Amino acid sequence: MFNTKNILAALAILAGVSVTQAAGEVVHVEKQNWSFAGIFGTYDQNQLQRGFQVFREVCSSCHGARLIAFRTLAKEGGPSFSEAQIKALAAEYEVNDFAVEGGSRPAVAADMWPSPFPSEQDARDANGGALPPDFSVLAKARGVHDAFPFWMFNYFTGYSEGGPDYIYALLNGYEEEAPVHFDLPEGKYYNHVFPGNAIGMAPPLSDGQITYIVAEGEDAVPETLEQYSTDVAAYMMWMAEPHLASRKQTGFVVLLFLVLFAGLMYGTKRKIWAGIEH
Amino acid sequence: MSEHSTYTPGSGLEKWLDERLPIIRFSKEHLMDFPTPKNLNYWWTFGAILVMCLGIQIVTGVILAMHYTPNIGMAFDSVEHIRRDVNGGRMIQSFHAVGASMFFAAVYIHIFRGMYFGSYKAPREILWILGVLIFVLMMATAFMGYVLPWGQMSGWAATVITNIFAAIPVIGTPLLELLRGGFSVGNPTLNRFFSLHYLLPFVIAAVVALHIWALHVPGNNNPIGVDVKDSRDTLPFHPYYTMKDAFGMVLFLIPFVWFAFFAPDILGHPDNYIQFDSQVTPAHIVPEWYFLPFYAILRAIDFNLLFINSKLLGVMFFIGSIVILFLLPWLDTAKVRSGSFRPMFKWFYWLFVINFIGLTYLGAQPAEGIYVLLSKVCTAYYFIHFVVILPVVSCIEKPRPLPTSISESVLAKSHA
Repeated sequence: MFNTKNILAALAILAGVSVTQAAGEVVHVEKQNWSFAGIFGTYDQNQLQRGFQVFREVCSSCHGARLIAFRTLAKEGGPSFSEAQIKALAAEYEVNDFAVEGGSRPAVAADMWPSPFPSEQDARDANGGALPPDFSVLAKARGVHDAFPFWMFNYFTGYSEGGPDYIYALLNGYEEEAPVHFDLPEGKYYNHVFPGNAIGMAPPLSDGQITYIVAEGEDAVPETLEQYSTDVAAYMMWMAEPHLASRKQTGFVVLLFLVLFAGLMYGTKRKIWAGIEH
Repeated sequence: MSEHSTYTPGSGLEKWLDERLPIIRFSKEHLMDFPTPKNLNYWWTFGAILVMCLGIQIVTGVILAMHYTPNIGMAFDSVEHIRRDVNGGRMIQSFHAVGASMFFAAVYIHIFRGMYFGSYKAPREILWILGVLIFVLMMATAFMGYVLPWGQMSGWAATVITNIFAAIPVIGTPLLELLRGGFSVGNPTLNRFFSLHYLLPFVIAAVVALHIWALHVPGNNNPIGVDVKDSRDTLPFHPYYTMKDAFGMVLFLIPFVWFAFFAPDILGHPDNYIQFDSQVTPAHIVPEWYFLPFYAILRAIDFNLLFINSKLLGVMFFIGSIVILFLLPWLDTAKVRSGSFRPMFKWFYWLFVINFIGLTYLGAQPAEGIYVLLSKVCTAYYFIHFVVILPVVSCIEKPRPLPTSISESVLAKSHA
C-alpha cells in the first residue's frame, strides 16, 4: 500500500531513528545486585524498612499505593514491622469512610494506603498535568530491554528484576543540562533513562535528603542517592510482589521433588520396558 | 482395532453394570489394552502432556473464577487481590498464566511432530482436522483469557484483534459491535469474554474427546510411518505408554514450575501491570508469544491487491494461514508418511520450522525498517511451503525404502 500515509510513516521513521533511539529502547540499563534475585532470593528486611522510609517521606507525597494494606507491612518476608508499629503508623493517616461522622477517620491496620490526592484530576493539577503512577505494582510494570541474544538467557536465569533495575536507573538518570539539540518542554526534566527523556517528575532524591533510622547495633548506611534509590526500588518490588520469598522457597522444594520424582519415574519406566525391543 | 475385548466382568456388580453401561469394558479397551506401536518416541508423549495442560487450566481457572470480578473497574484489582490475599492465589494465578504458555509450547511441539511424521495422512485426516480445530479454539480461549486481567496489553489486544473483524465486507461492523458489545472495548466486552473464556475450555475438552476417538479408530501413527501389521508391532497402552507418558508429564512439569515459581511474569509483558486506559496507547502492542507468528502474517500485508484493501487482505492471509492447516492432508500427497524416509521433504520441513520461528521473532518486532520486508518474505514462504513445495516435493521425491514392519525396524535398530 504505497499511499501517502505509508510514505510519510517511512520518512518519519528515517527522520526519527535518532529520536526512537533516544526514546529509551536502546538505553542500556545496568543490572544491579538484588537480594531477591535468583532461586534463593529473599528480601532484606532492613533494606525494605529503609525503602519504606524513602517511600513514606518522599514518594508518597505524590504517589499512591492503593493495593497495599497497612497490615501487609507487618507480614513475614516483607518489612516485617511489629503490629504495634503498624497500628501507630496507620493512626497517623486519615482515610475516607462514609460510614462515620465527618466522612473520615484515622486509618487502622486493615485499611489501604491512602491516596495522596482526592482524585486523578487533582493529582494532575498538582503535577503540571502529569499523573504520578500508583506504586502498588509499578515495579512489575516496568522492564528493561536486553539486546539479542542476551534476552534469551533470561529464561534460564529467571531474570525478573527488570522493574527495580529500571527504577534504580531512572532515579539515577537525571541530568542537570539537557543535550544542546534536545528541546526540553517547560516544566519537564531531562532523564536519559525515561522514554522520550522529558520527565514530569523533578529529581526526587538527592544525597543526604533522608536521615535513615539506624537500629541499635546496626552499621550506619550511606545516605546517598544511590543507596536511597536501591532501597526504594527494593521496597517497590516488595509492594508489587509481597509473596516473592515464600514463592521461591516453595518453588525450590517443588523443583527438587520433581527432579527426584522424574528420576524415579524414569527408573520405573526402564524397568517396565526392560526386555522390550523398541 | 479394539473390537476384541479381553474384558470379563469379575463380579456380579461388574456384570450388571457391563450389561447396562459398559464403562469398565470401554476403559479397559481404550485406556489399558489399546494396542499401541512399540516404537513411539518421546515426541509422542505430548498428547498426554496436552491433556494434563488442559486439566491444569480448567482446575486453576475454575478456582480463579471464584475470586475474579469481571468488571472494568474491578478486574485489575481483583487479579491483584487473588495474588495478594487469596490463600494459594499467587500460585493458582501464576500456574494459570504460565500454564497457557506451556499449553501452547506443548501444542506447537505436538503439531510439528505430526507434520514431520506425516500423522495427518490417510487414514488420519479427521484426526488432524480435529486437532487444528482444537488449536483454533485454544487461540480463541487464550486470547479472551488474556483480556481478563484488564491491563494495558489486555485492553489493547482486545481492541486490535476485534478490529480485525471490521475488515470483513458488509457484516464487518455489526460483527465488531457484537463482539465488543458496543462501539469500543468496554465492560460488555469484558463480560462476554469472561463468559466465553469459561465456556470454550469445555468445548475444547469435548473436541479432545473426539480427537482421541478419531485416534483410536486407525490407531497411532509411529516414527517410521509404517502401518501396524500384527500384534508383534504393538504393546498394550498400559503399563507401557501410561508409564512413558507419565514420565513425560513429570519432565514437562519441570520447566513449567520453573516459570511458575521463579519467573512468572517473564512470558508476559510489563505493560499488563498497568490498568487498561483507552486513552493511552502502549508504545508497542505485542500479543502473547504464541500468537506472534500469526500476528506477523497479519501485519505483513500492508498493500492493496486489486479491489481488496490491505486490511482485509491481511485478515485473509491471517485466516488463510490457519485454514491451510486444515487442507494439509490433501496438499502433501506423498504416500510415505514419515519424514525420516523422505530426503527432500526433510530439508523443507526444517526450513519451514526455521521460517515459523522467524515469523515468531518478527511478530515481536516493530513494523518498521527491515522487519517489514522480512515479514513479507517469511509470510510468502509460509504459504509457498503448503501450496507449492509440498505438492511438488510429493511428486518428484524418491523416498528411501521403508522397513516392512515396525518390529523389523525395531530389531534392525537394536542390532545396529
